[in-house]
Amino acid sequence: MLAKRIIPCLDVTGGRVVKGVNFVELRDAGDPVEIAARYNEQGADELTFLDITATSDGRDLILPIIESVASQVFIPLTVGGGVRTVADVRRLLNAGADKTSFNSAAIANPDVISEASGKYGSQCIVVAIDAKRRSVEAEQVLDAQGQPVGPGWNVFSHGGRKDTGLDVLQWAKDMAQRGAGELLLTSMDKDGTKSGFDLELTRAVSDSVSVPVIASGGVGTLEHMADGITKGGADAVLAASIFHFGTFTVAQTKQYMAERGIAVRL
Amino acid sequence: MTARHTLAVVDYGSGNLRSVWQAACHAALDSDWNVVLTHDAQVIEQASRVILPGQGAMADCMRELRESGMLEPVLRAAASKPLFGVCVGMQMLLEHSEEGDTPSLGLIGGQVKRFQLEGRLQADGSRYKIPQMGWNRVTRPDSRPEHAMWRGIPDGSWYYFVHSYYAELTDQSHCVGETEYGAPFACAIARDNLFATQFHPEKSADQGIALYRNFLSWNP
Repeated sequence: MLAKRIIPCLDVTGGRVVKGVNFVELRDAGDPVEIAARYNEQGADELTFLDITATSDGRDLILPIIESVASQVFIPLTVGGGVRTVADVRRLLNAGADKTSFNSAAIANPDVISEASGKYGSQCIVVAIDAKRRSVEAEQVLDAQGQPVGPGWNVFSHGGRKDTGLDVLQWAKDMAQRGAGELLLTSMDKDGTKSGFDLELTRAVSDSVSVPVIASGGVGTLEHMADGITKGGADAVLAASIFHFGTFTVAQTKQYMAERGIAVRL
Repeated sequence: MTARHTLAVVDYGSGNLRSVWQAACHAALDSDWNVVLTHDAQVIEQASRVILPGQGAMADCMRELRESGMLEPVLRAAASKPLFGVCVGMQMLLEHSEEGDTPSLGLIGGQVKRFQLEGRLQADGSRYKIPQMGWNRVTRPDSRPEHAMWRGIPDGSWYYFVHSYYAELTDQSHCVGETEYGAPFACAIARDNLFATQFHPEKSADQGIALYRNFLSWNP
């Protein structure tokens, strides 16, 4: 049976892997190859590198990191953050990434997903969706039929700063149809709270699309990780801080999941 | 150490070729093998062993293989020396793929078909997703002796898959490894000097590297 995946996420900026404390203090987390190798030894099923560099000048600094990790650690590597064009996909794949994750650029130009997946295959195109539950006011916004859109979640862009007005479920279906091979779903309401995934959101998206869904945002305990799969219906769970700060290892997470009857690669 | 043998990874523009090359280089550390990424017909001609990677759409892979001038060297290699096909590189060895209705190399009898799993649920109640993306166990058919490429690798080891199409073999004796996604299917196939996997050894950590290492010493 296909195993559910555990994916540690590493933040990268200025060519370094860093760990952030509430996005304020960035501390050097060490050598990227060493970190990647350690997660690999613990049984990580994939690794995601998120480039949090704000400027395009700094962006290319992730390429040597991906190159060195890819030459030493032989599990799938995803790169997200600042991926905008088909040319970006090519450069990252050439550096050794297996998948590239689009976010704001897909919202600005949805065709880039069709183009990139047409050229390199949907297996390497991930679309990251930052979702936030609609406010009472946002529920009153009229849809194309003139009806209030009602409860649900909206897609946010630009690192969660801008409400696009797009409905998450519609957007998820649209992206899958255009060739996204996987969706990385982050709940902005839950992100950083350590109170667990937004399970209702995860379940709703997972049931809406036929491509795999990675749940992200809000993990504080091992139970949260397992719930993302058993209750949220996610195919994979992604977490950053609980692994970086050593709260739990990937191995402990998998052990716990196995005890809960979840198929994991041990 | 002097490199006495060459393992050629065929470069016809496939997306996973660098990963395959790097993993094969890693497998060849401390050996007398030289692993080269090449689109030079002569290098493939002179190589002792060949890996045929493949990723993306089948029709594109077949076209690029042809247009890069690599088709003939690959066919000659397949006729004479150990050749390892990976993912679409495996699918190309069969006769035909449903993906883009594409005729392929016809070196092993069989068809490549799309998973028909829409609306079906997995054992744990979650729905089947396409592509199959992630780690799955590979088991050996118990009806036959184990294929030499599995030496030292435990039965049921986990390998990384990403695919929407799978192989349906004409002759089941060519199946040397199975996995289950909706139904059991052949994810490792072999005939004489040919060995190929649907999964990605280059992304399957230690057991993937072990498979590439075995390829260096396999004597079909």
